[in-house]
Amino acid sequence: MTTPLESAEPAVAQAAGSSGSAEDRPAGRSTLRYAASKAGGAVLSIVMVIVGTFFVFRLLPGDPVRNLAQGRRMTPEQLDLERRRLGLDKPLLDQFFDFVGQTLRLDLGTSYEYKRPVLDLIGERIGATLLLTGTGLVIAVSLGIWQGTRAGWRHGSRFDRVSTGVSLLLWSVPTFWLGLLLMMTFGVGIGPIPGVLPFRGIESVDAPDGFGYLLDVASHMVLPCLTLVAVVYAQYLLVMRSSLLEEVSQDYVNVARAKGLRDDEVRRRHAVPNALLPTVTLVFLRIGFIVGGAVTVEYIFTWPGLGQLFYEAIKVPDFTLMQGTFMLITVSVIVMNTLADVVYHVLDPRVRTA
Amino acid sequence: MTSVAWTRRRLAFGRFWENFRRERAGLTGLAILLAAVLAALVAPLFIDESVTSVVSGTGAKFAPPSLDEPFGTDESGRSILLMVWWGSRTSLLIGFLAALVSIVIGTVVGIAAGHLRGWAGAVLMRITDWFLVLPSLITAMVLAAILGGSTFTIIMAIGVTTWPATARLIRAQTLSVEARPYIERSRALGGGHWHITTRHVLPNVAPLLLASTTLEVASAIVTESTLAFLGVSSNKTSWGTMLRASYDYGAATSGAWWYILVPGLCILAVVMAFTLCGRALEAVLNPQLRRAGA
Repeated sequence: MTTPLESAEPAVAQAAGSSGSAEDRPAGRSTLRYAASKAGGAVLSIVMVIVGTFFVFRLLPGDPVRNLAQGRRMTPEQLDLERRRLGLDKPLLDQFFDFVGQTLRLDLGTSYEYKRPVLDLIGERIGATLLLTGTGLVIAVSLGIWQGTRAGWRHGSRFDRVSTGVSLLLWSVPTFWLGLLLMMTFGVGIGPIPGVLPFRGIESVDAPDGFGYLLDVASHMVLPCLTLVAVVYAQYLLVMRSSLLEEVSQDYVNVARAKGLRDDEVRRRHAVPNALLPTVTLVFLRIGFIVGGAVTVEYIFTWPGLGQLFYEAIKVPDFTLMQGTFMLITVSVIVMNTLADVVYHVLDPRVRTA
Repeated sequence: MTSVAWTRRRLAFGRFWENFRRERAGLTGLAILLAAVLAALVAPLFIDESVTSVVSGTGAKFAPPSLDEPFGTDESGRSILLMVWWGSRTSLLIGFLAALVSIVIGTVVGIAAGHLRGWAGAVLMRITDWFLVLPSLITAMVLAAILGGSTFTIIMAIGVTTWPATARLIRAQTLSVEARPYIERSRALGGGHWHITTRHVLPNVAPLLLASTTLEVASAIVTESTLAFLGVSSNKTSWGTMLRASYDYGAATSGAWWYILVPGLCILAVVMAFTLCGRALEAVLNPQLRRAGA
């Protein structure tokens, strides 16, 4: 976690710097070249994740087979058999190439705890996570950008001071604590006031069919989503506010005003579109933060998603499952970041033709 | 060190303090911080480890706040006030040390990446970017789970996953410092890499480091409490492990709001104080922000 102010600068500077060719190329070709170089970087990063995962998980103290067995009694023969089954009797280099080959074929191994392929387990859980984080992200981004714009435009106003204060407060709140508070207040209820919202799982046991089911899931989603939004949106607000503040003092805003445009129009048609770009990029660049938040939120509200699967893997510990979910989460974050970089390049002509 | 240099530094510090004093939020943060650190330091004079022992709990289970127990008791009848006080030592210690690890790695990599031209700098930046996109909480959880959750492991896990932001900031600053003529002069006079980076670059990036360390401690404390809450940390009492216990023993469902509220408010207060301090430092020290009037 860094402050938006601090992280905004290098990210944007880098985007501006890496396109630094002085010649005037047609936009399409330069974008393709840029996309290709970014994709190359992403592939390298993904390779580094796979290699890194292999070695970190082999750093496990003790014998991996015994770790897997979790203290259950096993005869030396059983241990040997298990070792051969997992390919642990081969030289490290062979193990490494086996691992890379399997991973590239999307074979993430079999979970020790569930006795099922890791990929299947992930497939079952990923929907719930996408639903929760997707909804949370849309709400957080729209709310953050809207409030950040209002706060930045009326810099120093009461609205600005209150929003900045609230977002700093939310920024400092640990996600899980906020989740606990919301659960206690709205889920369980305090004193005579009963809780009104469900706070466990994604659906009720006796959930009705059809439209009723959707309502049931939606009501289960309120608290987890609220927690996720509250923590995440503060950073969008702060970034949007500071990037709008940068635009407000630019010459073109003065020109727009001098033309006689109404304040509202200057903001909507001139300042906001320019301030929006770095903000939207940062939204995607900081996606790892949301993923971290999702693990915590899913754990608290027993939301049956990927984050909870990861938590269970850590708790058992089920190393194959942990390794598989870790790689999947990391690789998706890398892909999202790369997309954000390329989209930024396409959208912002200043970066493209600089 | 010549006395001229010291006089100049004293003057610079005086100017800095003049500016910082005007940041009221920063001052409030600083005051809260000093109080918290002082309380954690003097704790052993009044209480000891035994306040966290399960057998020493004298009160009733989940007793609400009263005159005897201003913050109530937990599931074993231990005093929340004393636990929070003792736990602040672990939380603050891990926060400071993890931030230190993160800042040291970030500074070394950042200065090296900015100072070294050619492939070495490029490789360092590539590595930094790679760490930057790794979801830090997830990675820290994996590291802590694999290496076992001792205090040392937690500090390393947080430090190793959070340094890239600092490295980028420091690299940018290093590049702008190295573009100045006096670096060229120093190089012409025969200054080597070590001399230039430690005598010229480091002092120039130090103010920014101060601001980012402050913010880093805040985020390290949050991360530590999150790791502890998710159960991948040492069993030493910290604010995070208290909240974990409150969740495990169903404090929320049995209406023991004080058990959840008090440790959380402690985290909030300290983190908020660090953040306010850090932002004030940033505002005072970062000329770009000062110009923008943000």
